[in-house]
Amino acid sequence: MKLTTALLATSALVVSAGVASAQSMTIVSWGGAYSASQKNAYHDPYSEKTGVEIINDDSSAEAVAKLRAMNEAGNVTWDVVDVVGADAIRLCDEGLAMEIDHDEVLAAAPDGTSASDDFGDLIVSDCFVPQIVYSTTFGYRTDMVPAGVEAPNDICDVFDLETYPGKRALEKRPINNMEWALLCSGVAKEDVYDVLETEDGIAMALAKLDTIKDQTIWWSAGADTPQLLADGEIFMGSTYNGRLFSLIEEQGQPVGMMWDAQVFDLDGWIVPTGLSEERTKQAMDYLFFATDTQRLADQAKYISYGPARASSAPLVGKHASLGIDMAPHMPTDPANAANTFLFNYEWWADYRDDLDAKFQAWLAQ
Amino acid sequence: MTSTSDSSAEQAAASGPMLAADGTPLKKSIARALRMQKLRALALIAPLLIFILVTFIAPIADMLFRSVENQIVSTTLPRTITTLEGWDGSAGEAPGEDVFAALYYDMFVAAEAKEHTKLGTRLNYEQTGISSLFRKSGRKLDDLGKDYQKPFEKAAKDLGDGAAFHALMTGTGPSDSALLESTRARLEALTGDSMAGEIGFAPGAEISALLPLTAAAYADFAVFTARVDGDAPADEDPWEAVYTALAHDLATPGTIEKIASYTGPGAELLQAAADVAPSLPDYRAFFEDVDEDWLDVANWSTIQTYAPNYTSGYFLNAIDMQKTPDGTALRDDDERIYIMLFKRTMFMSLVITFSCILLGYPVAWLLANLPMRTANLLMILVLLPFWTSLLVRTSAWKVMLQQQGVINDVLVWLGLVEDTARLIMINNQLGTIIAMTHILLPFMILPLYSVMQTIPPTYLRAAKSLGATNWTAFWRVYFPQSIPGIGAGSILVFILAIGYYITPEIVGGTTGTFISNRIAYHISSSLNWGLGAALGAILLAAVLLLYWCYDQIVGIDNVKLGG
Repeated sequence: MKLTTALLATSALVVSAGVASAQSMTIVSWGGAYSASQKNAYHDPYSEKTGVEIINDDSSAEAVAKLRAMNEAGNVTWDVVDVVGADAIRLCDEGLAMEIDHDEVLAAAPDGTSASDDFGDLIVSDCFVPQIVYSTTFGYRTDMVPAGVEAPNDICDVFDLETYPGKRALEKRPINNMEWALLCSGVAKEDVYDVLETEDGIAMALAKLDTIKDQTIWWSAGADTPQLLADGEIFMGSTYNGRLFSLIEEQGQPVGMMWDAQVFDLDGWIVPTGLSEERTKQAMDYLFFATDTQRLADQAKYISYGPARASSAPLVGKHASLGIDMAPHMPTDPANAANTFLFNYEWWADYRDDLDAKFQAWLAQ
Repeated sequence: MTSTSDSSAEQAAASGPMLAADGTPLKKSIARALRMQKLRALALIAPLLIFILVTFIAPIADMLFRSVENQIVSTTLPRTITTLEGWDGSAGEAPGEDVFAALYYDMFVAAEAKEHTKLGTRLNYEQTGISSLFRKSGRKLDDLGKDYQKPFEKAAKDLGDGAAFHALMTGTGPSDSALLESTRARLEALTGDSMAGEIGFAPGAEISALLPLTAAAYADFAVFTARVDGDAPADEDPWEAVYTALAHDLATPGTIEKIASYTGPGAELLQAAADVAPSLPDYRAFFEDVDEDWLDVANWSTIQTYAPNYTSGYFLNAIDMQKTPDGTALRDDDERIYIMLFKRTMFMSLVITFSCILLGYPVAWLLANLPMRTANLLMILVLLPFWTSLLVRTSAWKVMLQQQGVINDVLVWLGLVEDTARLIMINNQLGTIIAMTHILLPFMILPLYSVMQTIPPTYLRAAKSLGATNWTAFWRVYFPQSIPGIGAGSILVFILAIGYYITPEIVGGTTGTFISNRIAYHISSSLNWGLGAALGAILLAAVLLLYWCYDQIVGIDNVKLGG
């Protein structure tokens, strides 16, 4: 008798817990300052408006592998996932992310422009809702610039050890590095990927990287370069522009930005497949709220990444705590974007495995 | 002599087997009793056994199995693979029209099920460019069918109507159940979901003989619509591929004549379609138009080479080899990396193990021989780093070892090192060895300590009183007794070291990384789980082999983890 009551009580608890969990959703992102900016700009206002509790999971770096494992296990526990454009394409290819009708799910711009027109070319996959434009670019120690020489302002200064002696930090993968190396080997910007398809082109890029190989520290986490710059371990290094912003403006380190040949990349949302109808609806409701023109502009108050909607750009204001104007710190600001490079998704999807094998073999030599 | 033993054996045989009290042969009865005992013992450990099987052995086996698994090619492109069998790539010619036709219908279903991009990703591991080739082709497949659909609908509007087409394909009389069953089986293999159950469609045998391709394409559509989308096929407009198939059938010589005498439902629709007199679809030209890489022999060779359900490709890849149409071959120089990494992992793990012995032995000796109170304090010092997060300890080494780090600063301050020539102690092999030796040291000290504790100090005193020097007493008396501890510690440290990847990733730079870093990369980043599993399987085999060698040389009975 007692046992039955206990069982009933437990199941009642489980049921009520189940009901409660319907009022919460798990959102996966990158952690750190970036997740904080999303919390301030999207999560908190959304929770306030709807009462839905938002649980953060900082697993975006392994999102593709984890989603695949969850999908195979038949138990997807994430509702909305923040991934880079390249991963969104892969997740879509693998059938792990839902295809989204952008005009149906997302809010139109205030002037009535449809969502798909407002995002434009940034919708690189049917499953992808763009959120920010970020760039991979260089930061350098201003106090380590040799006397009598002007600060580096050309991508090829990275390869110029004579004028700018000192260590470099580059990412431990071929993407971006190969493009920069070719640009500085005299290849025109529009020919870079054609050249990189050939054996000679790869050899040329690696030969250029060879000239700085023993002066380079190869990073694998976005926080490495800011740390190395702050410690004075390196003279210049590549990383995401938002990390450099916080190093320079928030921590006041003697570091300068070099925007030349910055590589634009996208970050945004996907919704996993295999969610229940109710959870899918919930996820779409969140996306509608979190990616409208005003919210995207709000995020730029907390971090220096450019909003993905064209209609958000004019609304970008001042930093929430520092009070400085954010527009000049956006990678998309005309002064910064004089010479830019757009990450070629389609090309890298094909050549990533092949080039990575060659690049890693080269690194290990 | 032999005759006596023979005769006693005969005697025993003649008297029959010994019987137990209940009349069964004693042998059987004992065997049964023993079996019962074993079963009872097994039942006692069953919970643990099942737990280990389910949570440990099965997932590992499943993961390792991926290193040979390769069904994706034959489930996604089943008909293409069959028609491709006769093709020989060495002639330098792309396959013929029949292969492209099979590819078109296979791809169409795969694209509807969104499986074609998975295959593209899989094959892209072997041949660069296939990923986008499949993705691009999947998007354009509708175009070919639409070109045929329009004139058909113009000739008879009902040809574009789901219900009318459904009636036409159902026909009258017996149905072609073989076609339906094979379609079910194929789609089941493709999607991995069960296709059993009501479809709401059975292809007529007569129409299926008259229009074989159309019936097959419509069956694909019907089964997929009913079982995957959950809709009734009669309510939905047929796929574009059905119209391509209809055009193909109508353009096949002899079909139009047979249609004239066909009287089943929708005969007038069929006649109207026949009157359009479509041209034979040129699948090859269509695919060439989508992307001329479809005529590239290398792409087709890859598909053919990786057609079997099981492949050695991942394992070959893991030892820097590859499958080519002419058998296996070494990879190009600039792509070889894994053998070197395996060797490096083994070598560095050995160095780390020896460093642990060198540093751990004196500490363990102190622990075992100091008075209790001091020993306890020392023990806490040994265990303290053990309770600190691995990431914190590794990052701390970064702060210590880097060029602007604590050690270099002190050396410069002391004037031992020039400020311009600071030592490079991190982002290389040295960094990995230092950090990992520190992290793994407790695993060496603890077994050593527990073994040393059991060595009575009187032995050393006895040796000395018999005239041995300090060194002789240690080397001849003490050290041999501590070897089991070294053995246990070495095995622990070595096996742990071989699988480390976080520490080498952070402090190893490019020359101090292990094979596990590549495994992690393939599991979480490139998603080439097959290759990751193959590398893991090789690593596991290497560890087991070393363990076996160790057992042969040192003997596993000589290993002691405690008193």
